[in-house]
Amino acid sequence: MNTISSAPSASQPPLAFRRSSLAYKPGLARNRWNLAFTGLAAVFSLIAVLPLVLVLAYVLIKGGSLISLQLLTSLPPAPGLEGGGIGNAILGTVVVTLIASLIAIPVGVGGGIYLAEYSSSGPFAQFVRFGTNVLSGVPSIICGVFIYGLIVATRVFFDQSYSAMAGGIALSVLMLPTVIKTTDEALKLVPNELRWGAIGIGASRFVTIVRVTLPAAVSPIATGVVLAIARAAGETAPLIFTALFSPFWPEGVFNPIATMSVLIYNFAIMPYEAQIALAWAASFVLVVMILAANLFARWLGRFAQA
Amino acid sequence: MPSATAASPSQSICLSLENVGISYGSSEAVRGVYMEIPHGKVTAFIGPSGCGKSTVLRALNRMNDLIEGCTLRGRVLFDGQDLYARDVDPVEVRRRIGMVFQKPNPFPKSIYENIAFGARINGYRGDMDELVERSLRKAAIWDETKDKLKESGYALSGGQQQRLCIARAIAIEPEVILMDEPCSALDPISTLKIEEMMHELKKSYTIVIVTHNMQQAVRVSDMTGFFNVTANADGDGKVGCLEEFAPTEQIFNAPNQQATLDYVSGRFG
Repeated sequence: MNTISSAPSASQPPLAFRRSSLAYKPGLARNRWNLAFTGLAAVFSLIAVLPLVLVLAYVLIKGGSLISLQLLTSLPPAPGLEGGGIGNAILGTVVVTLIASLIAIPVGVGGGIYLAEYSSSGPFAQFVRFGTNVLSGVPSIICGVFIYGLIVATRVFFDQSYSAMAGGIALSVLMLPTVIKTTDEALKLVPNELRWGAIGIGASRFVTIVRVTLPAAVSPIATGVVLAIARAAGETAPLIFTALFSPFWPEGVFNPIATMSVLIYNFAIMPYEAQIALAWAASFVLVVMILAANLFARWLGRFAQA
Repeated sequence: MPSATAASPSQSICLSLENVGISYGSSEAVRGVYMEIPHGKVTAFIGPSGCGKSTVLRALNRMNDLIEGCTLRGRVLFDGQDLYARDVDPVEVRRRIGMVFQKPNPFPKSIYENIAFGARINGYRGDMDELVERSLRKAAIWDETKDKLKESGYALSGGQQQRLCIARAIAIEPEVILMDEPCSALDPISTLKIEEMMHELKKSYTIVIVTHNMQQAVRVSDMTGFFNVTANADGDGKVGCLEEFAPTEQIFNAPNQQATLDYVSGRFG
């Protein structure tokens, strides 16, 4: 009946495209372009990680050879003398970062809880979210100047000007946006069913958050907090105006304190060999500490998937 | 006892809805619901999707408070007390009227802690081990969990998790248990176990269940409310309403409304 379909295949109309064999031909234009752009992307991604590798290698070569117990435990030498270490700066960085964490973690986690659990779409919450984003973009030196004007210049703490406390507060301003944002995001990922389950058996909002919602989100929050600490520990600019520097062991939180980043800044531009060597050693220790914190954060983040 | 209470329904009203209407923002979900849910019975809500039966269920223990923009008109009376009165604490309401959800939602804690959590936050002072065992027994899951009380609630199967959630709701000894399609995510065997359990539970609790499964409504419930979707009077949009509320046998055998008959005989929905 249907004469067209019953006709032999030889009478098919000529193909619009040229048929060739299925074998891969590297000489074709599309295959050459494909290869070229894959190579280009690979080169750019290599360039992107190059600074990290070079910094690590350079700091390791320059500073790694100086690592010793003495370096980690003794005071820096007076100008012109040899030896010594950066013990006070390591301790100082720990103290200042601890102060910053003690301020930023409660305020940041509390703020994140408010945003995610109490007022997720009100105008005030949107204002806080916007403010957080702006704050995270504020240059760190501005944070330092701000705390200098607020605390150092006014001598509010026992008539002391530069102090570890002022440095900690300046760093906490830098940490806050990260902590608020990660807490907010982490709590939003907790399924609503879990909240309903608690509320459906008569839990108050407070008990629901503290006993059910927050434990379910603790891993990503901890990751965010550690990343914020790692970032703050490496900051120099906010500390120059606030914690200043001290060649001695820390004398309490209301006195000037040495930190690794400021030590590097001070010693690297000094005309003494010993100080420059110490700056390299401090760079190495600081990089290792921040790297360790980042790895720790990744390790914490792993529990989120488990 | 059951026949006596059925003979005099006015004495044993547990929850009473008077001209209840619920809206999400500006869109009305359900309106004009009058209903008297008796004590010690299983009441089922059936109806097509979007007819507002879950919305009404959630209004019975103020879970709708958690949804932003959700407002309720009319009155919901629990033993004669208005649940939406100004001086009522919603947390206290939910302690008396517990809820089980569509998706099993155990806490990421041990099986034991899942049960003990609710009791503890409600100030339970008695023997916790005994309460956990009693609750798990009532929810017909004790035999499966007694040797692994320290394991995570997530280690159980879906049907077991749902019974764990029911045990969790029972542990705080509520007067009413609301169940929002508790078997929709479960296999027939688990469903059967939960239905058997409900027959036991109604001796001590009032149960209100939302279900899409009409056979389930026939099997478990004493009273059935059929919700339907009607076109909104002012043009576009649809709104849910309670079409008919009667003893289950009547709804499925001799309903008063044509829409109910069409629905239960499978002609639509």
